[in-house]
Amino acid sequence: MPEPDVKQVRFRVRRFEPGKDVAPRWEEYAIPAPPGMTVLDGLWKVKELHAPTLAWRSSCRMGICGSCAMLINGRARLACNTQIRELGSDVVAIGPLPNFRIIKDLVPDLFPMFETHRDLSPYLVREDPQEQDDPTGEYWQTPHELERYLQFSYCIKCGCCMAACPTVATDPVYAGPMPLSQAQRYNNDSRDGGFARRREVLAGGRGPWRCHFAGECSRVCPKGVDPAKAIQLMKQDLVFDLLRFRVRRAPAKVVDKPSGTKRPDVPAAPPRTAGR
Amino acid sequence: MRDRSLWTWHLAAGLVILVFLGLHMVIMHLEWTIPVSNPAGGEPEDWANVVWRMRSIFFAVTYAVLLGAALYHGFYGLRNVLFELNPGPGLRATINAGLWIVGLGLFGFGAYVALMAPRVAAAMGG
Amino acid sequence: MESRARSNRLGIWGWLGGGRWGYERYLYALHRLTGLGLLLYLLLHVFVTSARIFGPARWAKAMASVSGPLFTAGEFLVFAAFAFHAVNGIRLGLLELGFAVGRPIEPVYPYATSVGRQRPLAIAAMLIAAVLAIWGGYGFLLER
Repeated sequence: MPEPDVKQVRFRVRRFEPGKDVAPRWEEYAIPAPPGMTVLDGLWKVKELHAPTLAWRSSCRMGICGSCAMLINGRARLACNTQIRELGSDVVAIGPLPNFRIIKDLVPDLFPMFETHRDLSPYLVREDPQEQDDPTGEYWQTPHELERYLQFSYCIKCGCCMAACPTVATDPVYAGPMPLSQAQRYNNDSRDGGFARRREVLAGGRGPWRCHFAGECSRVCPKGVDPAKAIQLMKQDLVFDLLRFRVRRAPAKVVDKPSGTKRPDVPAAPPRTAGR
Repeated sequence: MRDRSLWTWHLAAGLVILVFLGLHMVIMHLEWTIPVSNPAGGEPEDWANVVWRMRSIFFAVTYAVLLGAALYHGFYGLRNVLFELNPGPGLRATINAGLWIVGLGLFGFGAYVALMAPRVAAAMGG
Repeated sequence: MESRARSNRLGIWGWLGGGRWGYERYLYALHRLTGLGLLLYLLLHVFVTSARIFGPARWAKAMASVSGPLFTAGEFLVFAAFAFHAVNGIRLGLLELGFAVGRPIEPVYPYATSVGRQRPLAIAAMLIAAVLAIWGGYGFLLER
């Protein structure tokens, strides 16, 4: 069996322990990196061999949970989604996501982002509060209507876009790419009736008006969500709404159970997920 | 006014500037059109041409429109830059008020010069 | 000191980026810079040209105060800034009103983004701005 091609790489990691350190410091650790090793695997190796107190946040190891976003060689990425060899360098510089408070070492405080997210009602809003709390059934939606928001629904809330945004770099008032693209995800959903509610926030100073299309959010997004696209489409909707151009559609109706038709050889539908 | 309206006006002002500043450039600086737009001959900055433009109501009105659009567009852009530096709430209010006062003051001054020009030119008889 | 270290916000350097950032981010920074420069020029221009209202003597004095090679070079910079800001402004207007970013698509790796989609527009805009600036510069040289 041939020897695996193991290379020595140096991990430069930005360490910071609040209450103990005055400022963050860089520390360097040498680890062996076989082909296919991800930056996240590398961090575990560093923890095992050199720095047992090193802190970061990670969970799924497969680019789904959005926990392990960090600044890797100058770019916000998921540590689990980035192979060390792919970086093309023997030195891997890792820092916490910029534009967030540091909790410890590589752990950013994502709370402000999630609070803004919550302020934008990131869920289906129905005019009828009874229907909102206890839906009577499922809603109609065509595949074409699904396509209008599906891309934006792949967001895993990792915060890479917030770290890359030049406006968020100085302005904590601006909602930022993640919350805005998620608001647009629901605004574009044919089942939703919450445009007017979200407009309360979006038409003001926290809204998309602070975006000037530097395009960084879309470039770094590990899921191809393209927040910049969502934000520009949001501006179009809001401006058209101001100018009374916006076509208003009523939110999708509840699906009626088909009756009187019998189709042979069709398996029974799965049990309903909502309603009685 | 909410940011959405301010931003929409910013775009509209940009469009006005594009048209009128384009016209301004063509009239003042384009070699081919200078003889047409400057009947006294010579350079557009020569006094005879300046007086010719001063007499014209068209120039008076378009100067005022261009000035208003340019000041709004520029000051909204400046406000963007300043607000993104994250000033406190008090400073934000001061910036808003300050930009409105300075902007309206400059517009008042510039529009007065532009709109009074036909009368001044007539009085000078030039 | 500690709180500042903890905040980890990039600050004003985040506007400029550097190294690893994309092409559009530099256009963003340059749009901002040229906008501020043009605003400064506008204020000076309004005051200088308003001298006309006080008659030919004051006009001649005002024109003399802004002549010379330094001002000509400055005017060329203003023209180049105007050419960039105008053409890039048209691009931004189209993008920010959602007309040049495309519709939502299924994200399939390698991801195609709205940034990539508008890239030809950005390149065309920069070529047009460059041609305008060079043409303007040629005109300034002729005037000398």
